[in-house]
Amino acid sequence: MKSLFIFRFVFFLALAASAFASDRPVVIGSKKFTESYVLGEIAKRTLSEAGIPAEHRQGMGGTIILWEALRTGQIDVYPEYTGTIAQEILKRNDRVTFDQIASELAKFGIGMTRPLGFSNTYALVMTRNQAQKLGVQTISDLRNHWQFTFGLTHEFMDRQDGWRPLAQFYGLNPRSVIGIDHALGYDALVGGQIDVKDAYSTDAKIAEYDLTVVEDDRNFFPRYDAVFLYRLSLDEKIAASLRGLEGKIDEATMIRLNAEAERTKDYAAAADLYFGSKSSFGETFSHKLMRWTARHLELAGFSLLLSIIVGIPLGIWASRGGAIGQVILGFAGIVQTIPSLALLALLVPLPFFGISVRTAITALFLYGLLPIVRNTATGLQDIPRALRESAVALGLSPRARLWQIHLPMASRSILGGIKTSAVINVGTATLAALIGAGGLGEPILSGLNLNDHATILQGAVPAAVLALLVQSLFDLLDRVLIPKGLRL
Amino acid sequence: MVQLVGVSKTFGDAAAVHAVDLSVEGGKTTVLIGPSGCGKSTLLRLIIGLLEPDRGEIQFDGTQLRADKIDIVRRRIGYVIQEGGLFPHLTARGNILLMARHLGRAENEMRARLSELSALTRFPENLLDRYPLELSGGQRQRVSLMRALMLSPELLLLDEPLGALDPLVRAALQKDLKEIFARLRQTALLVTHDLAEAAYLGDKIVLMNEGRIVQQGSLADLQQNPASNFVSEFINAQRGLALT
Repeated sequence: MKSLFIFRFVFFLALAASAFASDRPVVIGSKKFTESYVLGEIAKRTLSEAGIPAEHRQGMGGTIILWEALRTGQIDVYPEYTGTIAQEILKRNDRVTFDQIASELAKFGIGMTRPLGFSNTYALVMTRNQAQKLGVQTISDLRNHWQFTFGLTHEFMDRQDGWRPLAQFYGLNPRSVIGIDHALGYDALVGGQIDVKDAYSTDAKIAEYDLTVVEDDRNFFPRYDAVFLYRLSLDEKIAASLRGLEGKIDEATMIRLNAEAERTKDYAAAADLYFGSKSSFGETFSHKLMRWTARHLELAGFSLLLSIIVGIPLGIWASRGGAIGQVILGFAGIVQTIPSLALLALLVPLPFFGISVRTAITALFLYGLLPIVRNTATGLQDIPRALRESAVALGLSPRARLWQIHLPMASRSILGGIKTSAVINVGTATLAALIGAGGLGEPILSGLNLNDHATILQGAVPAAVLALLVQSLFDLLDRVLIPKGLRL
Repeated sequence: MVQLVGVSKTFGDAAAVHAVDLSVEGGKTTVLIGPSGCGKSTLLRLIIGLLEPDRGEIQFDGTQLRADKIDIVRRRIGYVIQEGGLFPHLTARGNILLMARHLGRAENEMRARLSELSALTRFPENLLDRYPLELSGGQRQRVSLMRALMLSPELLLLDEPLGALDPLVRAALQKDLKEIFARLRQTALLVTHDLAEAAYLGDKIVLMNEGRIVQQGSLADLQQNPASNFVSEFINAQRGLALT
């Protein structure tokens, strides 16, 4: 029976997907900007050298996403700044001491190292030329230049210590304020599309583009001492290793490391610079590519498997028409209209999901559902009435009719739906990197962050090749799984 | 063998079958004939349980048809339709053996029966592994007949089985059908709109019009003692065509 092939195929997918599941190492998260990536790599190598297996989920997002991930145990460690902790996490507007912050965090089961040795405060930057020409030295001076366009990162615009309180504090009221990605903002600044942007004081780009930091003359920005946050439930050995980094990275070092990361487009290499040697734990490109691809296939494969397991029965149900059929097709259709990014964002705050592989798989699974449900339903509905009736008139049981007549006859359509889902999932799985689930989206995301096309292509090209391979694989499967009599 | 007592079936407002009484005699071929839409195919679909009567009763071998037992009865009935109703994803052999396999019949028993049926229906055994799309219309109808006869049904229902075939193939199959029915002493209920076919194959002709049985008997009965104007018109119309 041909249905056996489908079983084998599904079984193979399940086996392949489960092979990737393994023991959980210490999971280090990082925010979506260069310094955070580099600190994440330093923490990873520090732990690895102490004999503790560690994994770095790069560029998972902004403060709230990282904090929630840490608090709920989806990650174990991530680099953070004291000012951000006070303002964004603890929601304190008053100036709090370091020890107050530490004791507040302990209530959440979170520990904090002493400062790593540098402060990366927020700053506003301009090109040196324009600042000199217009005589802008302090943020107070900006009040006289209402015609400026401010290009600010989305996080800065929304922060408690960000744009709105800053504008209020200094009485700034510029004509135009736009939201722009951090890395792209530098190009816009140099290109003259924007006049002022927010930056981190240790940004390597400040020196690279010859920018001027506009002085915070009334001390609006709190201190942003870099620290590592970690879960107190971790083994003491892990915390001790991280504390070994306290006071070891001064501001000059950090700027140098950031510059190295931007120059080489390789965060691990920047971390190597800190350690003064090439890491024996470093990854070759081919190993990285394997890791990304394996994770990518895991995400796309698992979600596809779920889509098949759920989608075909739903399609069978929907093919019987009536109100339930309409509801099923309607639901699957609505899911498809939600932008994939929005679907991920909607799932992240839900309990059970959060920043995790299962969120990514769930989102991809929901995406893959519609083509399978719809193709199963139409494939079954397209079976001519005379043939349905012949099966009934023979006296076949409903179960035998489904497995021996209806499903094989609809197999071309069902496989077509599965093929569509598979290709969609391989493409959409690149978005999983946004919530730290890895895959080929990881280099794409760091490439976007670095504004570096080569890094983007490291993910984009394999993802495209993978989609083509999946397409051809399914074209081959058609020959095996679609009964010969239907291919004449 | 089969008794219909006061059977009615309505689709929407139109009565497809109206208070029909009919008895199908064992070992004989009964032919249902009449113009398109007269309800003859509907009667077959009622007997095989594809439709349920609104009123009246259908008895098979002395017991009333019931929805929960219908599959058992269906396995005792063979059903052949105009387009053959063969499943395109199964070979001729797969189609013929479908039910026998479903019921777990022994492999050698099935093989023997298949050879027997190939000979009976004059279907070359070497074509058994072809798919329906690789067979001609006449060959497909022979396969369909083999599938219907596979489990040695007590009753064979044929719904215009030769309707879509060209005249030469049709004539050959008519001759073969007559032989097969005679050899098997098969109880058969055949639907056609062709009076010549009815006369050639039928032991009894049942003429229907607008959902009712108008007259039944031999062709001679219908010709010599027409029950109504419709009967003579129907017979004359077909004879007229045959002469031109």
